[in-house]
Amino acid sequence: MRDALPLVRALTDPASVDHIMPDDWTALLSIARAERLIGSLAVRLKERDLPVSVMEALEAARVQAAFDHVQARWEVELTRRLLAPLGIRPILLKGSAFVVAGLAAGEGRMVGDLDILLPADQLNKAEAALLVGGYEWAKDDPYTQAYYRRWMHELPPLIHAERGTMIDVHHTILPLTARPTPDAPALVADAVDIAPGLATLSPADMIVHAACHLIADGDMAGGLRNLWDIDRLVRDFSRQANFWPMLAERSGVHQMREPVARTLRLTHQLYETPVDHAVAGHTRASDALFVRRLLSRDGWGRQTNRATRLAFYIRSHWMRMPPLMLARHLWIKARS
Amino acid sequence: MYRLDLRVGPVGYRVGSAWRRPIDALRRLYAGYPAPDEGLATLTARIEPEKPWRRHLRPQVAIRGDFELPDAVPMTLDHGLLAIEMAMNLQIALGERRHLLLHAGAVERNGRVIILTGESGSGKSTLSALLGEHGWRLLSDEFVLIEPGTGLVRAFPRAISLKNAAIAELERVVADRDRFGPLLRATPKGDLRHLRPAPDAIARMDERAMPALVLFPTFGHASQAEGMGQAELFALLTQGSTNYAALGERGFETMARLATTVPGVRFAYPDSAGGMAIVEQFAAELGI
Repeated sequence: MRDALPLVRALTDPASVDHIMPDDWTALLSIARAERLIGSLAVRLKERDLPVSVMEALEAARVQAAFDHVQARWEVELTRRLLAPLGIRPILLKGSAFVVAGLAAGEGRMVGDLDILLPADQLNKAEAALLVGGYEWAKDDPYTQAYYRRWMHELPPLIHAERGTMIDVHHTILPLTARPTPDAPALVADAVDIAPGLATLSPADMIVHAACHLIADGDMAGGLRNLWDIDRLVRDFSRQANFWPMLAERSGVHQMREPVARTLRLTHQLYETPVDHAVAGHTRASDALFVRRLLSRDGWGRQTNRATRLAFYIRSHWMRMPPLMLARHLWIKARS
Repeated sequence: MYRLDLRVGPVGYRVGSAWRRPIDALRRLYAGYPAPDEGLATLTARIEPEKPWRRHLRPQVAIRGDFELPDAVPMTLDHGLLAIEMAMNLQIALGERRHLLLHAGAVERNGRVIILTGESGSGKSTLSALLGEHGWRLLSDEFVLIEPGTGLVRAFPRAISLKNAAIAELERVVADRDRFGPLLRATPKGDLRHLRPAPDAIARMDERAMPALVLFPTFGHASQAEGMGQAELFALLTQGSTNYAALGERGFETMARLATTVPGVRFAYPDSAGGMAIVEQFAAELGI
């Protein structure tokens, strides 16, 4: 197998696995694990008649995802208990949000760290409560601390001393150094309550955030999983009548029109997601580069296309900060 | 990538190596093992250069696979076989979710299993290996897999990794030199030599068997034995399992059944002969 396309096909069209050869199965399982999509694949292939050993491997992935979800819910609950007495309602982001809100994007999804968003003016209070509640800084050196506090969209990562779990506390969804400036107060104002003391972003903002994560903040490592999230979210949300106009409006509010459009084109191209072409815009030549980057895996689950990946790595830093600042940042990181 | 597919108990491996020599050594060590069922491996372990330029010039071997540790230390190519073995182990330690996994050795006789567990250096691996040459069927020297639902032990007879003094001890007992891998000197774990389990351990790897006793050996002390309560046994076994929590309720049920139906005994032994004698004594008491 030369790229990750068979995984994309298996997720989109489960019948595509019916006649594949043993070696292709081995490769498909390795690629799905490397892309952290094995749990989602297990959910998608649940009804199919598969070789016994494959069914066992997928069952193991379902067990793992079920455990991840129990753990994610527990972390959310402990965080809620710490923050509720201060009148703070965390807005859950990414995997924990999908799982707690019961969205299709959560089915079989592996969940790691807890990500929450808070209004900027509640950040200090929340930080103090988390530190008293048993969390410690993952990195305590002055440069990391100063860097995060001045330039990033989140506090430096916190790890719970006993449980070893990590929490990222965001106050917006892109680094302050990035060129687009999402409207953080609007994200908070439109958040949707999902349980007492817990919220998620509004449907349109969830897509905008996922697009930030995929296109505007990072080198697209693990991008197939992020894009699969978006496919599931769009299929869920587009049943609501005003979803597409809202998404068009919100991507404008958050200065994210281009990345959202690109994200929709990519998920349409790879996962056949039904999208509104007025929001997704016209195909651009560079879309092909993004697809190439997303599919860069061989049959052993290894990353391929080194040059493309490097280009996206450089691009990710280029977008995240101005050139002089980037030079200074990389210089300090290289020396530490 | 050089490649070898093989099955060990319930696990169908695809093993890949960027270098030829370690795969050749692995093929010799695992001679006689079956291929994965239907020719379909579901778990991949790999070794490859730590960085692209570390393939020929001062090669550094990175341990990789479907499941990886971010901070695994690279090894030298002279220890390539050990690196492959570690990669195969890591896949089970991090990825196994169908069976309850105990960090332990196990041997079987008359359909009943003695599990030997305890911390590294307790001698459980050496003792399991020796028992495997003295009338017992070796199920595993490192990972014991317990089937939820039935509570039966599934054999996982990987090559045994003998360390330091254990190497000479098994060389005295095992007549068939072909069963030994190359002697690897000065590895991170000391001197190390792999040993293929006895032929019946491989031929009968699909025969499950019921646990009868859990032993916690301690090497290097005067012979002494002491029973333990069910609660202590349960707690100690959970500490030695990498996937107990991840299996959720099934993990709890399986572990609770083991700890409440099988006795647990802690014992000290001065040397291997003494250790085996004590195990035989326990076996006689249980009618094994």
